[in-house]
Amino acid sequence: MRVRAQIGKVLNLDKCIGCHTCSVTCKNVWTTREGVEYAWFNNVETKPGTGYPTDWENQKRWNGGWARSASGKLHPKQGSKWRILANIFANPSMPEIDDYYEPFDFDYDHLKSAPDMNAFPTARPRSKITGERMEKIEKGPNWEEILGGEFSKRSADYNFENVQKEIYGEYENTFMMYLPRLCEHCLNPTCSASCPSGAIYKREEDGIVLIDQEKCRGWRMCISGCPYKKVYYNWDTGKSEKCTFCYPRIESGQPTVCSETCVGRIRYLGVILYDADKIEAAASAERETDLYGAQLDVFLDPNDPEVIAAARRDGVPEDWIEAAKVSPVWKMAMDWKVAFPLHPEYRTLPMVWYIPPLSPIQNAAQAGQIAMSDQMPDVRSLRIPVKYLANMLTAGDEEPIVHALERMSAMRLYMRALSVDGVRDEAIAARVGMSGRVIEDMYKIMAIADYEDRFAIPTAHREQNEHGADIRGGCGFTDGNGCSTGEAGKTTLFGGKKKKFALPQETF
Amino acid sequence: MFGDFDINFVIFGVMPYVALTIFLVGSIVRYERDPFTWKSSSSQLLRRKQLIWGSILFHVGILTVFFGHLVGLFTPVWVLDAIGIPYALKQWMAVIIGGPAGIAALIGSTMLIHRRLSDPRIRVTSTTPDILIMVLIWLQLAIGLLTITQTLQHMDGSEMVRFMTWSQSVVSWNINAWVTVVDVHWLYKLHIFLGLIITALFPFTRLVHIWSGFAAPFRYLLTRPGYQIVRSRRHRPLEDRRRAYDKVQAKRGPTSTTPAE
Repeated sequence: MRVRAQIGKVLNLDKCIGCHTCSVTCKNVWTTREGVEYAWFNNVETKPGTGYPTDWENQKRWNGGWARSASGKLHPKQGSKWRILANIFANPSMPEIDDYYEPFDFDYDHLKSAPDMNAFPTARPRSKITGERMEKIEKGPNWEEILGGEFSKRSADYNFENVQKEIYGEYENTFMMYLPRLCEHCLNPTCSASCPSGAIYKREEDGIVLIDQEKCRGWRMCISGCPYKKVYYNWDTGKSEKCTFCYPRIESGQPTVCSETCVGRIRYLGVILYDADKIEAAASAERETDLYGAQLDVFLDPNDPEVIAAARRDGVPEDWIEAAKVSPVWKMAMDWKVAFPLHPEYRTLPMVWYIPPLSPIQNAAQAGQIAMSDQMPDVRSLRIPVKYLANMLTAGDEEPIVHALERMSAMRLYMRALSVDGVRDEAIAARVGMSGRVIEDMYKIMAIADYEDRFAIPTAHREQNEHGADIRGGCGFTDGNGCSTGEAGKTTLFGGKKKKFALPQETF
Repeated sequence: MFGDFDINFVIFGVMPYVALTIFLVGSIVRYERDPFTWKSSSSQLLRRKQLIWGSILFHVGILTVFFGHLVGLFTPVWVLDAIGIPYALKQWMAVIIGGPAGIAALIGSTMLIHRRLSDPRIRVTSTTPDILIMVLIWLQLAIGLLTITQTLQHMDGSEMVRFMTWSQSVVSWNINAWVTVVDVHWLYKLHIFLGLIITALFPFTRLVHIWSGFAAPFRYLLTRPGYQIVRSRRHRPLEDRRRAYDKVQAKRGPTSTTPAE
């Protein structure tokens, strides 16, 4: 057993209102620079839809994630080391910027500076790359917002596999949900495995996956390697960038920006202890549907005295062990089994998990009654097909999803009985294998979701390996080359700085 | 003192040392002082078109030509004699392997230059050194291919041996190296001169990625046993830490639960 700790994350999709506050605050902090205008470390997609970049879940096309050979060995789906090196001159699996969208801005200035004209002045779009006029915007970061676009296009969604999708194109049967996405900070990341320079690494102390900007050479293999398409190539600096899990905040015990600002309080952060020796076997599980369970086996129970002893021996700080005991992520993933990894079939063992959303009962209005099974609404008759959720969260295995949805609807029934009738109905809890006390705890954390319950983040222990005197007067956090501004050529001998983008003058 | 000044001495006697010094010192300084600017500067994200074919043709071609020059010029002449390779045969091999590789590289770089200059996205994101070095390499390839016309007129290998002698004299600090190439055809001279210019410009352009390109296979295949990289802040390996921890625990007795940290 080799115990490591990671700050894991859970997103409760049952409560996501699709407001994009997470995406906007993230962008304002991290990606407002030239070269990454098109990059959204956090984005929110409307599902069903093909997402951002378009069709990212289609690994037959992008070759992201891992493949398991007949001998049971894993290699990146885009190829083993030799194959990746052979593609170094041109990466055949890499998306083009148009697969995300061409970044643009509008001629806002024209609205106030236009001369007297017959027609009302308009703010027309311009490319942020070339500065040229864009006649038609073909795509944006959230192009399918609230089921925008025709069903025939949206239904290319990979999660419709083995679902009779035609009926969901009909108005009466349509359904939707939001899927906020960020880097999964995987236990078995394909981005780092694909990097020939060794620039991408996972941090031992908190599991955050980062790109060393000074070691990155721009070989671009991480972009195709990541099945979630959450590594972005900065076309200005020529380096790859990705979600940093706001590590400067995490290190000081604060939640990530997206979590802090989440209006719906859907995001949870907490410590998960895991056994690093089990990662390879778990990721290599033969059947894809076994991967979810295999990942659960990698996690270690922070209340088990043996685990605690091993964690101490392997240098996990005491406050991290304590934090693991109260981790909301542990509770939702392990105790209540309501949270699931996104696309476990990619074999990356992702560490950002999702609680599937409940939805209205399908056809309830038509039938005049609610489909009930055992006095509980039958979750299989919910508007969002269970198979669809299962394709997204458990590699197609419906049982765990049904189990989670039943627990969540039982929580509602139980709490309604408690708050409306004043009755603690243990029978409801027992039907889903829980007790009233556990359901009340679940309600407190998942429904009320106080700040202290959502975030249990111990601070980093830099004092154990850094000497304050040595780093005094240093540059602190920069996103480039130490104290340099990160712009090649402006003040140095090497490389020259190019164009400054400015909106050209309009002529009439 | 300047009475017997010869420009050939400057170009073929002095310039190689200047160019190689700038190349080596410049590379080291850039790697050390500004590693953030050390990159391949790929533009594949902005436009895939023309890059896949252009880049593969160019890189495979130019790498073949590069290693051809390296092996061809720096293999000592006595080694050829010892293993019995006739000079003419070696020259034929150079033309037969280097010719097509050079043509592939020229086609590839023509595509890449066209893409760089004609595609608005690539044009606007290109720096002056990006374009300059591409044009120089294109010229170098074109001149290199043109020298084949001269080479074919004397297939006995004598000219080739002169270039071998020159380059080997340069790297063995022979001050009279330049004399060997004084009266070769001007195309060869231009090719060498441009090559030295490119060598000197190397550290100031995106060409530095060639170092990393050669290092990548070694790093990736040989120095990395598996696929994953985990960075630890700790100073000692896990096993050391565990032993130290066990020692402390043993002293304190088995009931102690105080952590070592």
